[in-house]
Order: sequence, then C-alpha cells, then structure tokens
Amino acid sequence: MPTVSVGRDRLFAALGKSYTKEEFEDLCFCFGIELDDVTTEKAIIRKEKHLDEEGDENDEEVIYKIEVPANRYDLLCLEGIAQALRVFNKQQEIPKYTLSDVSKDSMLQMHVKPETSSIRPYVVCAVLRDISFDEASYNSFIDLQDKLHQNICRRRTLVAIGTHDLDTLQGPFTYEALPPSHINFVPLKQTRDFTADELMEFYKSDLKLKKYLHIIENSPLYPVLYDQNRTVLSLPPIINGAHSAITLKTKNVFIECTATDLTKAKIVLNTMVTIFSEYCKRKYQVEPVEVVYADGRSYVYPDLSAYNMEVSLSYINHTIGVSLEAEEVTSLLNRMQLHAERSASGNNQWNINVLVPPTRSDVLHPCDVMEDVAIAYGYNNIPKRKPASVKPLALNEFSDLMRLEIAMNGFTEVLTWILCSSKEISTMLNRQTDESTAVVGNPRTSDFEVVRTTLMPGILKTIGHNKDHPKPIKIYEVGDVVLLDEKKDVGASCRRRLAALYCGANSGFELIHCLVDRIMEVIGTPFVPVGDDTGYYIQRSDEPEFLPGRQASITHKGKHVGTFGIVHPEVMSSFEQSLKNISYVD
Amino acid sequence: MAEEAILGYLEKNEQISDSGNFAAERGFDHNDVVNVIKSLHGFRYIDAQDIKRETWVLTGEGKKYAAEGSPEVQLFLAVPAEGSISKDELQKKLDPAVFKIGCSQAGKNKWVEMGKQVSRKVQNVEDKVKDLLLQVQNGHALSKEEISSLKARKLIVPQTWKGYSVRKGPNYAPKRKKAATDLTRENLQKGDWKELEFKEYNFNAKGQPAEGGHLHPLLKVRKQLKDIFLQMGFEEMPTNNFVESSFWNFDALFQPQQHPARDSHDTFFLEEPSTTRELPEDYVERVKRVHESGGYGSRGYGYEWKREEANKNLLRTHTTAVSSRMLKALAEKPFAPKKYFSIDRVFRNEAVDRTHLAEFHQIEGLVCDRGLTLGDLIGVLHDFFSRLGMSKLRFKPAYNPYTEPSMEIFSYHEGFGKWVEVGNSGMFRPEMLLPMGLPEDVHVIAWGLSLER
Repeated sequence: MPTVSVGRDRLFAALGKSYTKEEFEDLCFCFGIELDDVTTEKAIIRKEKHLDEEGDENDEEVIYKIEVPANRYDLLCLEGIAQALRVFNKQQEIPKYTLSDVSKDSMLQMHVKPETSSIRPYVVCAVLRDISFDEASYNSFIDLQDKLHQNICRRRTLVAIGTHDLDTLQGPFTYEALPPSHINFVPLKQTRDFTADELMEFYKSDLKLKKYLHIIENSPLYPVLYDQNRTVLSLPPIINGAHSAITLKTKNVFIECTATDLTKAKIVLNTMVTIFSEYCKRKYQVEPVEVVYADGRSYVYPDLSAYNMEVSLSYINHTIGVSLEAEEVTSLLNRMQLHAERSASGNNQWNINVLVPPTRSDVLHPCDVMEDVAIAYGYNNIPKRKPASVKPLALNEFSDLMRLEIAMNGFTEVLTWILCSSKEISTMLNRQTDESTAVVGNPRTSDFEVVRTTLMPGILKTIGHNKDHPKPIKIYEVGDVVLLDEKKDVGASCRRRLAALYCGANSGFELIHCLVDRIMEVIGTPFVPVGDDTGYYIQRSDEPEFLPGRQASITHKGKHVGTFGIVHPEVMSSFEQSLKNISYVD
Repeated sequence: MAEEAILGYLEKNEQISDSGNFAAERGFDHNDVVNVIKSLHGFRYIDAQDIKRETWVLTGEGKKYAAEGSPEVQLFLAVPAEGSISKDELQKKLDPAVFKIGCSQAGKNKWVEMGKQVSRKVQNVEDKVKDLLLQVQNGHALSKEEISSLKARKLIVPQTWKGYSVRKGPNYAPKRKKAATDLTRENLQKGDWKELEFKEYNFNAKGQPAEGGHLHPLLKVRKQLKDIFLQMGFEEMPTNNFVESSFWNFDALFQPQQHPARDSHDTFFLEEPSTTRELPEDYVERVKRVHESGGYGSRGYGYEWKREEANKNLLRTHTTAVSSRMLKALAEKPFAPKKYFSIDRVFRNEAVDRTHLAEFHQIEGLVCDRGLTLGDLIGVLHDFFSRLGMSKLRFKPAYNPYTEPSMEIFSYHEGFGKWVEVGNSGMFRPEMLLPMGLPEDVHVIAWGLSLER
C-alpha cells in the first residue's frame, strides 16, 4: 500500500482541528487509512545518511506517514486526504467539479499525429487557471505526480504526466512521434540542448531517470509534445523541457498525460485537476482541452462527469447485515464523497441513486458503494451473526495435548480401571484410608470397592501383571480420579490426573524428573528457585508411598501439583513386584 | 587409610590443628589428606577450617646453586690458592652466567682481587648461599634478612600453602557409611535397602535432558487450527498444487493484470513449466470481459486483457487460487452452501528478513451461502479468533482487489498494549463470483492469515 508523507501541522490546519496522535489514529482507522509512522524531515534525512545523533525534535516539523489503500489515487497527497476526512467528518460538503465555460473555438487544442500510435497512443490534457501555489502546495503538487507515477502509472509505463507553465507556451499543441535525432531541446534542470538520442545516453548515469529509459529506448520513434512555436513541452515518459517548467509563481498550469492505457490516463488527469483545482481562483473549476486525432476524432478532457449507479437499498442492507433507512444510507454515502439520493423502485422498495465523482475511480460496482456505506456506518458497529459451530472441551483438549507430549518422550499409554479395592489406595500404598474416597455400596468383588483417588494403584498393577515384560518399562496414564466434593450437588467430583512410571534395573528417578521438566516446558512454565511463584520448583517431600529421601514434590505457581519419587519397596512388594519404579502424579 | 586416621584421631582428640603436620607425621601425601577432608566435610562428618601459610620454594636458579654451589664460590675455587690467573683464562673455566655473577658477588665479598689478573684475597670461604638454599629446600625457616637476600637474587619465590584444621562435625561417626546414589535391583534382592543411606538429591538443578522426539511447533499449531476449522464445520480444500497459473491465482480473482502484486519482484514466475496448457475457455472469456468492460453491474477496469499474462505459470502467492477453483467447481453444480478451509504453503518473491518470508503457510477460511452479510463475516471472525485466544477484535476498512468490503482484522495484544493486525478478510466481489456462474444472491465471506505470524 502506498505511503504518503504529510506535515502534521499543515494537515491539522487543513482539517480545521488539532488531534492527539491517538485521536488521529482512531479517525484514520475508522476511515480505512493508517498512521504508519511519525517522524520529522531531519529524522528521515538522518536515517538515509545512517546518522545516529539525535536532533532537537521540538524544533522540527512533525511528519505523518499515512498508508492509503492502493486503489484510492485521490488520497495520494495531503489535499486529498484532508478533503476526504473533512467530508467524512461532515465539516465540508462534497465539492462539485465543473469545466469552465470555454467556447469550442477558444478551447486549447492538442493535435495527435498518427505515428504516436506505434509507441504511446494516448494523450489527455487540462488547464488549471489562476492557481496560486505556496511552497507547501507546490511541493505537494510535485509529490503527487511522483506518487501517481509510482503507483497507477506503473513507473510511467502506462501513463506519464507533464505539467507546464502555460504562459510560456502557445497553443495549439501537437503530440508527435519522431526519430530521436530530430528531437532537440533543453531538458529540465539542464542548460544546454540535447538531441533525444544524446539525452538517452546522458540519462544512463542519472539514478532517478535511468529506470524509465527502457520504455521508449528501443523504439525508432520517440513520443514528443510541441507547442505552436515548436517549443518542446516534454519527451514522455522521460523528461519535460526546461522552457515551460513550472515554478512557485506559475499562474496557469497546462497538464498533459501521455499513455498506453487510456482509462488510467483519464484517472490520473482527473486526480491531478480535481485535487489542485482547490487552489484555483474559481475553486473546483477546470479548463478543458480538446484532443484532436488525425482521423478527425476529437475528445474534450478532462471528463469530470459523475458516473451514475443505481443500487438497491435491500442489497446494501442485506449484504452488510443491517437495516438502514434510505436517508441514513444517503447521508452515510455523502460522508464518503458519493452524492446519493433515494429513488423509488416500486413495491415499496427504495433504490439509492449514486453519483460517483471523478475522484472516485475505485468505485466499479454497487458492491463498492455498499462497502462505503459499511465504512461510514462503522465496521465495528455492525451487529455480528454467530455461525453455528461447536467448541471442544478445554480440559480434554489440554489432556490430549499432554498425552501426545508424554508419548513423544518414549512413554506408552495405559488405560486402567477407575474402580479398585480400598486397600489398593490405602494400606498397599503405605497410607491411611483417604477420607475423601467415594465408596461403592454393593461391590460384586473386592476389586471394585472404591473409586480411585489416585492413578497409582492402576499403574502399579499394570507393572505387576506384566512382570515378564522386558525392562525397562515406561508407561503413563492420563485419567480422572474421584474425590468427595461438598461444592457438587452429588457430593463428589472428578479430577484429571497424570501418572507416569519407569521400571528397570535402576530407579530411573532422573527419567521421571526430566519428564516433569518437559511437561513444564511444553506448558510454558519456567524452572524457578524455591519460593518463586512465577514458575515451578521441586523440593524434598515426605510421602509414605515413596522411599524416604528419594522423592520430591512439585510446586507450580505457588500450588502443590504433584509428587515423584522411588516407590517404597514395601509398596512394590504389595503390588507383587520385585523391581523398583517411580511414580509421578500431577 | 587417611579417612580412618582422621576419623579415628578425632574420636580421641578435640581437633587436628594442621593437616600438613598431620599428613607429614603419618607419612600421608598432603593432597590425599585434603581430598578426604573435603569429602568428610561435605557430608558434615567433620568441620574443616582453612589455614594458609606462606612458604618459600627455590627457583630453577636456586635449585642449581643448591646442588652445585653458589657462583661466587665456584669462581673462588677456580682461582688458584697461590699466584693469579688471567681474567680471560678464568672466564674459559666457568659457565658464562656463573662467571658474571661470581665476579660481582666474589668482588663484593672481597674474596678475590679483580683486575687483568685475578688472585685470592682470603684463603678459605664458606658457601653460605648454598647452605641457606638447602635449608629452604628442607622446609626450615630463615631470618627476614636471609629471605630478602635470596629473594633479591631471585633464588627463592613465595608459595602459599593451604591446609585445614579439623574438628568433629554434626554427623561425626568413627566410620563413614557410604551414601547410596540409587536404589538398585541388587538392594531389593538382598533386602539391604533398609540400611541404605542415600546421597541427597539436588533439586535446584533440572532433571537430565529428555530423549524423546518432538513435533515441529508450527505444525502443532497447524493441527490445532485444523481442529478449530473442523469444529466450526469447515471442510478442508485440496491445496497440494504449488504451481498455479496466473489465471487462477489472479485473473479469476478480478485482480487486474497491471496490479503490482503481479510483478516479477513480488511473485515467483516459472521458467519450466512456463505456461499453463489449458483453461476453461468459456469462463476465460467471461473473466476477460469483466476485466475489460465489466458487466454484472460493474464498470470493469477498462484495459486490454491479455491471455498471455493469464497463461503464465507461477508458484501460488495465496491459497485463494485454490478457493477460486473450488468456487468455480461449486458453480457448476446446483448450488449448495459450503464452508471451506486450507492451511498450506504460499510463495512470495521477498528478501527474507525479520518480518518477511519468501514462503509461509496461509490459513484461509471461506463461507459460501445465500444471503451472507458483513455481520456474518464479523461473527465468524469473532468465533474463529476467540478460539485462538483473541477475543478483542476490531476491523479496519482496507483494499483488496478481489474483496469488497475488505476488512483488516486487528486484535488487542495485552502484552504489547496495542492493537496488532492479525489477518485480512472480506466478501468476494461480484466481478469474481458472477462470471463463475454462482447465483446472484450467493455471497462468499473469507479471511486469511499467516500461520507464522
């Protein structure tokens, strides 16, 4: 997207109001442009020269770099942005652009020679009369040409703009295509004359101009514009003549755009004249020029007529998802510089009759009008319609992610019974009976007396039942246990737990420790010193099911979340194992 | 041995005042004693206090003189007891360094008469320097003056000796129990685990590094996004076609042929296969018309559309190229609403830096149905992004050649404390959908973002 640099103070003067940076950012956001950067002229120069020293920012003019949409050529300069925002803020009416009333006989003419068709077939022109530039507006006028050249003109291949001091020239003008050696003139910023082929050679070392040479270089004929006295206006798309150069004092500006794409040439001309007619004595008025082709076809430019579009109100409402009245829509469109009126379309339906001004070449289809209504209404005010969809359970999503991570660390998942015998969660674990155990009233066998309060019996039984399995064994389980819970209507609730176990010729304590570390790493918790509540730390613990001094508790953000250690040999033997192992519960 | 000696000594005595003396008396190497003390101290069997002593050791030169005698004595002995010897001859008899130092020291001591001829002034001399050096070597103390004279001649240098004084520690026992580091199968089989004393774990260190493999983080996120789309009822589009024609990548999307994105410095065009072999001709004709002169209610772009541009092959710049194929296929059947998504690689001709990648994954979602509104788009975006943890969204008007309205999606980043652009969205233009043959009341809302961002 193109970026336009504008002086902040001049912009605020043009907007008739000062904004804080945040207020201005907000306004831009709503309108669909973006305050990209805030800098100063000197800071830009310093950056270009890679200088480090800081200037006194207070003394320098603040520059706003504003990003504008790529199809809004009318926003490529301060004047365009200011006008669009003034209209958007309802501080200004939409300007009405008119052609000055010149009779056909006194109208300036541009005669197009047939040879131009082989190289750059189109030209469009216009005159800005009685314009008064100051330094800022003059610079803006020059910058706008540059911005247009870089964007819509595709680096002058499609369109090239030439602006001239009309008072130094005499019409009618001719647009010709001649062999380079026949063209001879003093180009802008030079003092001697060159033939066109000399000039092409000369500019090969010009950093700015050399990139445009290829456009005509290999053509036997070069496009060139003359006035009645054979004064060269320009050698498009390369350079203008020095003779007709515009200055701060220029009163009458002649603008010509030569092109390979007529549509874009018209857009470029319209953009130039509409924006800068603001500085003419007769505001928003442009003097037309007649372009006459050798075959007798003749056209008057610029074409400032508005494009008429009928858009149905229901299309606008139904596409945005709102129900606006016709009057609301027309006033919203006015804020986007589109003239709009309602008109009846029968069946009690309204149409919106939109006049697209010459500044708004981006409006191609009713959908563009609809978008402008949405922007003026405010994207963020449109009621949202939620689609039908489902959401997964966060707990299960998290469990599934954990299960994958642990499996990737070389542990095999097991799935064990929820029910167990009461001694499996008490005496066999060297523990007292847990008072928060849910107890089955009518167990058929002693294997299903209680609901597990820990995953440990299941995972130990798995090892006990697989004594012949080659060691080491690394297994884990993620599942629910049940604890009595007074906050629940039924008096008990499930808790999601994780247990992992290593069984081999040595304890494998480090392996379980590293699994703890990995789990904390994947959930993004840092390892911290004991007592620090921003991460997790590990301390000695003293649980009966683990061997004393061979066990540790895990504290996560200040909360005890689990224990790991070497399973107490007495517990191991209760579960019929002659091997040692470690369990860890989260 | 040393350990037993230390623990045994402390059983009867209050302290070992000097580990150096203790080692020397019992014929232990002092370094071995120090290691044992450090280890016992670590387990708090004993308390050890550092002691330091400054001692002197011989330099290379000093060692030489201790063995061979001082240079002045060597010189003296080279001079005959009677008569004299010429200086030149004397020099030949001695090592040059010995001669030089010997001359000056013997002269200073007034032992010899120096001149062209050298003769003794006294008949007997004592080699005091050698004696002193030998005393230093044997660890005897010297007087201050003696030390400084040897030091001045660089024959001795100071050396710090470190040792310990030792008392009983809180865990003192006459015999050390070896702390076990791990419980082994053997301990369990023998049943000696009950007697084992374990070395304490250091929980200030992390565990050993994990040996398992890991999935790529980006693809883990891709899986989560895929799950989100599936939960929202979206169907995955087949995006396994990196090579695409300009037609499907740009033209079908109503992106004009002079658009900057179609420049070679934004897009990777292919040299081989350079052009596409076939396109649906009747559809191409409708696309050409809508670009050139509009239709379907549009003004068009008003330029001359070139088939050669559309035929150019490229590496797709967005997965929307696939969306345009899918929507065209949808238009060929009786209309049925669809929700599509894809997450796959796209390519841009960018110089890779901190904020640019030449290839990345585009995430795209689209809904195609009758009567969809901008409100539906905003709703679906809220639903989608809230599942990614972004519930605070706002939308900025933007420009995209193939969507109208177009909205940039901003999310409030709590960490940065500001609004951050997270994606782009819009409703596909009628100029894109109608030439495909989709019914006029069918709207398509779509959004895209990058997986890498």
